[in-house]
Amino acid sequence: MKELSLNILDITMNSVKAEASLISISMVEDEQGWMTLEIADNGCGMSEDMAASVADPFCTTRTTRKVGLGVPLLKMAAEQTGGDVKIVSSTAEEDHGTTVTARFDTRHIDFTPIGDIVATICTLIQGSPDIDFVYSHKTPTLEVSLDTRELRAVLGDVSLAEWEIISWIEENLREQYQNN
Amino acid sequence: MKTLAELAAIRDKMKDKVAIREGSDTTRIVVGMATCGIAAGARPVLSAFVEGVNNAGLAEKVTVTQTGCIGICQFEPVAEVFEEGKEKVTYVKLNAEKAQRIVEEHIKGGKVVTEYTIGADNAAK
Repeated sequence: MKELSLNILDITMNSVKAEASLISISMVEDEQGWMTLEIADNGCGMSEDMAASVADPFCTTRTTRKVGLGVPLLKMAAEQTGGDVKIVSSTAEEDHGTTVTARFDTRHIDFTPIGDIVATICTLIQGSPDIDFVYSHKTPTLEVSLDTRELRAVLGDVSLAEWEIISWIEENLREQYQNN
Repeated sequence: MKTLAELAAIRDKMKDKVAIREGSDTTRIVVGMATCGIAAGARPVLSAFVEGVNNAGLAEKVTVTQTGCIGICQFEPVAEVFEEGKEKVTYVKLNAEKAQRIVEEHIKGGKVVTEYTIGADNAAK
């Protein structure tokens, strides 16, 4: 993947597929340049076996062929900077869901640029307007956030996927990035 | 600044429009958004379709949706166009410019952009 934001889009698609109703995507970068990416959902979760083997390219839920590269590509992107990926998942009735945590050294030469994260967030909302997304990106000099639950409270019956609404979200996020 | 007050104003303008739209979709553009599609550049293709359909004033008749792997990963980014009473058209190896042209010529103009279809790509080999 050319941009980390594309890995984020790809991994979050797994949460969509797991029928999550709430997905949070957060990136937190510390003073030393280490960034922790966390994608957490309340979807159906995976068994321990499945959670342990998703980093294996020959493990996939695809029915069209026998390889799945989503998690292996994220793992590669993290590990090539000296970071790692952890996956915690539960299928328990009262507390099901999956959390993928990846750590990156943003100063490393092999750190993949984040790229157009705003496009990723807008694509996710456009594709799954009934899912709530909570996005936050924090660095020592930046703080950007979006919570579709707040937008939904304003919008009522109007879908988040409407062009006018997606455009508002896109501009809102781009303004937050510019003003920081 | 894009404030919530501004969002509320947009909502008020949208309400009537949404009521008319419900159930009137006749055309669907479906973009493959699995790992293969995303890695090949499906995200800007999807954005171009969404923006193009809206700019062409077709949002009431055309929906743009996302799907998983269509199974022809070597042809990604892929989009399928479903129109009522017509055969499905599969467009392959797309980019944002091609998506714009498909909206203009096919979705708006009714003429399939044959050179971007999977049939044309196969014939060229």
